[in-house]
Amino acid sequence: MEAWSTAAEIAEAVAQGRTSALAVTEAALARIEERDGILNTFTAVTAERALAKARLVDAACAAGRPLGPLAGVPFAVKNLFDVAGLPTLAGSKINRDRAPATTDAPLITRLEKAGGVLLGALNMGEYAYDFTGENVHDGSSRNPHDTSRMTGGSSGGSGGSVAGGLVPLALGSDTNGSIRVPSSFCGLFGLKPTYGRLTRARTFPFVASLDHLGPLARSARDLALAYDAMQGPDAEDPVCTTRAPELAVPTLHNGIGGLRVAVAGGYFERGAGPEALSALATVAKALGANQRIELPEAQRARSAAFVITTSEGGALHLDRLRTRARDFDPATRDRLISGAMIPASLVVKAQKFRRWYREQVLRLFEHCDAILAPATPMTAPKLGQQTMMLEGAEVPLRANIGIFTQPISFIGLPVVCVPLPLRPLPIGVQIIAAPWREDIALRIAHHLEEAQVVRAPRPSI
Amino acid sequence: MGEIDDKALEAYIKTAAAALGIPLEEAWMPSIRANLDVSLRLASLAADFELPDESEPAPVFEA
Repeated sequence: MEAWSTAAEIAEAVAQGRTSALAVTEAALARIEERDGILNTFTAVTAERALAKARLVDAACAAGRPLGPLAGVPFAVKNLFDVAGLPTLAGSKINRDRAPATTDAPLITRLEKAGGVLLGALNMGEYAYDFTGENVHDGSSRNPHDTSRMTGGSSGGSGGSVAGGLVPLALGSDTNGSIRVPSSFCGLFGLKPTYGRLTRARTFPFVASLDHLGPLARSARDLALAYDAMQGPDAEDPVCTTRAPELAVPTLHNGIGGLRVAVAGGYFERGAGPEALSALATVAKALGANQRIELPEAQRARSAAFVITTSEGGALHLDRLRTRARDFDPATRDRLISGAMIPASLVVKAQKFRRWYREQVLRLFEHCDAILAPATPMTAPKLGQQTMMLEGAEVPLRANIGIFTQPISFIGLPVVCVPLPLRPLPIGVQIIAAPWREDIALRIAHHLEEAQVVRAPRPSI
Repeated sequence: MGEIDDKALEAYIKTAAAALGIPLEEAWMPSIRANLDVSLRLASLAADFELPDESEPAPVFEA
């Protein structure tokens, strides 16, 4: 197998005995050794554990036992997932003092049950309050397509490790766009499922009202394989759905016949740069999406998401702000202190608005099955960049990278971010579906990939 | 919602920090003030949207 093999290709080759899980794992560990000095995506490599797991997969194969759909597939997780034996850093300095986790997060367990091989924990923006992938404690993760540029965040190591060919699959979290932004900047497929679809147990939280977990990969099929393996109820996460798993792989090849796809206009076009608009137009044309719709009050939705985020984040970290304020990244600290001071009346109003907005947007899905929107206003910015142009004005970069992702995660809609291999840098488009219809977004993503409209480009590293 | 000037915002930050038990350093003030200023503006945008008294907030607690 080579560095750019997909998870599906690896699992098939392992199952057919054309390669072994051990050989795949050793090759992935060698790539991490070779490339991660520059990409800086891993904060811990669990080599011994990975080799032991790979041997178990190979033993099962040799014994003729059935292998899972991810047999021998290397994967890694954002370092806010509990990994047995590691402190759960969540991108922070403060959490280095935590006792090592005693058990894995359930999503890791579920991927390993499907045959996956965990290779380690990945760099991320501090406490997930980030869109850049920069981190003052661990150094910034670097974009494999141009290492002077951001991966996007906060799942920066997840984006960089998959785009850089270190692993075919990584898990991230997405509160306001933290899977979709690195997917866009790094040229990957990313799935933010419906709010409540995948258990968040034993991961370090950020904003309970808005936190989601999901996969990043180099193909839509790999997203679907990982997503299906991770579904299922979990009493440990009160938000996790009790719905039975609704598998996406069986319908992945059903094509787009009968699906009504619309393009989000208004707010979602005003702030988009030329690459974002060009990518959106390409995808819309390929899908024959002529219908334009407007998500009502999208700007207020983004604002309300911002307020709920900063307030819940401030509350989550209040004790650490009291006792260890100097140990935060100063930029995170000042946002969290400010968040802790938002009057409660404004947060309740934002949550009331959230319900109103949800009702309005759900009505749109009576007339369409999916909505297209840009993922980010622009391609990956330079590391250290502080400002960006938005509607002709220079505005702070960090807060505005997520203007197109925030109004969607705000009401928990499932989204697949698909990559357009533009040169010199890729950019993503969001395929947004109604709640619990990840299958539709994945079908459309797979169709676009088959039609060679979208593709995860290989960087020359 | 009304505008709040820098001086009033700084006074609010100092009072809120004292109430919340967050130790503040003077050097942090410009950044905290800038963050809070943006947050309050965005909060107003959402809060000024007229909704009936009966409207329910989004999270639902199940007993």
